[in-house]
Amino acid sequence: MSDAGSDHARLEAFRAEARAWLEAHCPPAMRAPAESDEAEFWGGRRAAFESEAQRAWLERMVERGWTAPTWPREYGGAGLDAAAARVLEEEMRRIGARAPLKSLGMWMLAPILFEHGTEEQRREHLPPIARGEIRWCQGYSEPGAGSDLASLSTRAVRDGEMFVVDGQKIWTSHADLADWMFCLVRTDPDLPKHKGISFLLIDMASPGVRVRPIRLISGASPFCETFFTAVRVPARNLVGQAGAGWTIAKALLAHERAAISRLRDGAVQEEEPLEVLARRCVGADAEGRIADPVLRDRIAQVNLDALCNRLALQRSTEAERAGREPGPGSSMAKLYGTEINKRRKELRVAIQGWRGMGWEGDAFTPDELKSVRDWLRSRASSIEGGTSEIQLDIIAKRVLGLPG
Amino acid sequence: MATTRTLLWSEDEELIRRSARDLVQARMPISHFRALRDAGSAIGMSREVWREMAGLGFAGALIPERWGGAGLGLVACAIVLEECGRTLAPTATLATAVLAATALVEGGADATRDAELPRIASGESVLGFAHDEGLHHARDGVSTRAAAGADGFTLHGEKSFVLDGTAADAFLVSARTDAGRIDLFLVPRTSRGLRITPLALVDHRSAARLALEGVRVAKGAVLSRKDGALLPRLCDRGAALLAAEMLGSTEEVFARTLAWLKERRQFGVPIGSFQALRHRAAAMSCEIELTRSIVLAAVRALEADATDAPALASAAKARATDTFLLVAAEGIQMHGGLGVTDEVDIGLFYKRAWTSRGIFGDAAFHRDRFARLGGY
Repeated sequence: MSDAGSDHARLEAFRAEARAWLEAHCPPAMRAPAESDEAEFWGGRRAAFESEAQRAWLERMVERGWTAPTWPREYGGAGLDAAAARVLEEEMRRIGARAPLKSLGMWMLAPILFEHGTEEQRREHLPPIARGEIRWCQGYSEPGAGSDLASLSTRAVRDGEMFVVDGQKIWTSHADLADWMFCLVRTDPDLPKHKGISFLLIDMASPGVRVRPIRLISGASPFCETFFTAVRVPARNLVGQAGAGWTIAKALLAHERAAISRLRDGAVQEEEPLEVLARRCVGADAEGRIADPVLRDRIAQVNLDALCNRLALQRSTEAERAGREPGPGSSMAKLYGTEINKRRKELRVAIQGWRGMGWEGDAFTPDELKSVRDWLRSRASSIEGGTSEIQLDIIAKRVLGLPG
Repeated sequence: MATTRTLLWSEDEELIRRSARDLVQARMPISHFRALRDAGSAIGMSREVWREMAGLGFAGALIPERWGGAGLGLVACAIVLEECGRTLAPTATLATAVLAATALVEGGADATRDAELPRIASGESVLGFAHDEGLHHARDGVSTRAAAGADGFTLHGEKSFVLDGTAADAFLVSARTDAGRIDLFLVPRTSRGLRITPLALVDHRSAARLALEGVRVAKGAVLSRKDGALLPRLCDRGAALLAAEMLGSTEEVFARTLAWLKERRQFGVPIGSFQALRHRAAAMSCEIELTRSIVLAAVRALEADATDAPALASAAKARATDTFLLVAAEGIQMHGGLGVTDEVDIGLFYKRAWTSRGIFGDAAFHRDRFARLGGY
């Protein structure tokens, strides 16, 4: 038998094994997408399971190492290669199984620890991430360092075997629910701004850490301000060399952009299509066409663009599997994914007329109110994780090689 | 409507691209197009180069081997057209190698196929596509009549825009039969009662108007599928494959504009360092990547005869149209005064964008169709 043949046989054997195991162990309630972001399981010490099924599903997957299937076993993974992990993904999708765990630690921090972390750091932090025990948040932006992230001023001063951290972070997603933060700090104020930054892991339970949620125009508070006052952090929590923080941060941002565009893409599948909503709200002609031709064209346009975007994502995923990194391609995906998302949310409220302008109360259905909150929330998507303008700059520089 | 078909090029496809690119760059650089234009060429393309392309299998790409074809397939045609788009190379690929070959293979009687297909595959025979009658493309807007007689058909009607109309030896004419359905008919250029008016278009693409006044054709001239779907299938292929040509042109305009942004200096720096231009260039590169993805998805779906192929074909033409118009207009703007001179090629692409826009339907036409196919 040829190598390709035996590899195929190996994958098919794994497929059969995964299928049988999932059939037996995935609770029926977990074979549908979660109703909202909040209903997903994000892990951490403060996390509560929404249902017994959710708990069982996580525990069983953790036991197999399948929450992080490609990680080595010693870190809580299953040691699968990319092809086998894809088979597992396909088998989960086949029965509609939702991810048992959503995790910034897994998507963003873990790739950094694999590449830049010490063995000790990997052993300390990866297993609790795979088990969903520790939830991570990202400490990047500051009041004075938004798009110009490298001008950040949170200080970490070395004091023997410790760093002493002072400063403020802002837009830290769910810092109020997180156990640890991966954080950019300035360790050398005398070096040029990109050179003096380091990547530090901070336990949010440390004395001197204070968190304040920020209320958004949508009424929700997914972001926080985080204040550090003389917080003492062990020096072994430094990832990579002191001063290597900016290089690490850029690599991590590419993972973040990929994660954001993936989240957006996953979320829209569950919504009622715009055309169905429009037919209900404005009616249709005898041939079933939406009665308002301008609205119909706008819906077709956004659906068509979303289709192109999905195909472009598929193309970049295929290219990546053929051996390329999620580099600037992730900027394109982030830029376009979030812009389409905003247009779609706007159209959804526009279609509903006055019913699409409700803030709260029984006069509106829960779906109507949700579409309003989602629309307002969507305005942040092209700001967080690097604004659309920053993505354009990255593309101009790295993809197109333009000077400046 | 995500697809299980790959959106990457295979190694074989890359080989086809290389051979198409070598030929196009060597034999039909943009100076070839300019030379034909400036000479006021009556046919608007080189039959000699077309025979060379036939030698590489491109003329017979959709024709099975038994009729002398190479059977390369529709994706190969899209690759050839994309490469032609880069230099505005005028060839018979779209109307002859794609549309006429498809119509004959799918809808021709055996004797007709035996007679016509080998001549197409060898590059000997070039056909024009005569469907549009009004000012804008419409799939059902056919009032040309084909009345059946004892020994064939008699055609009456007018065609307002015939692709490759000046170059063609014969025409593929859509006409309504006595039963009210639309079939296609092979009409030789020399037919009695056929009046051909060459059109000197703004982009110098080969095109003509036709008047058919009692043109008589033989029984074997009718091309038809049992399911009556030949014309829509041709229009889908035409739209998606033209989108591939437009993509090639778009990529070329963008490459030239990008080079200019790096080279041209004002205020002591390259103009590509200005954010007002950088951001627009970056946004265009995204639009092009989206266009690339949908065009390839559409062509692969058409090749596989997938059920979503018509919607994807419309999406591809809508997208390619908007992107080409945007990039060509920005190309002129970013080239400044040079962009509006005839000496610099950008304007040639801009004019091509505008004619290509309407052929097989503009972006609004295809969004309408995309919506209709989506049930709204």
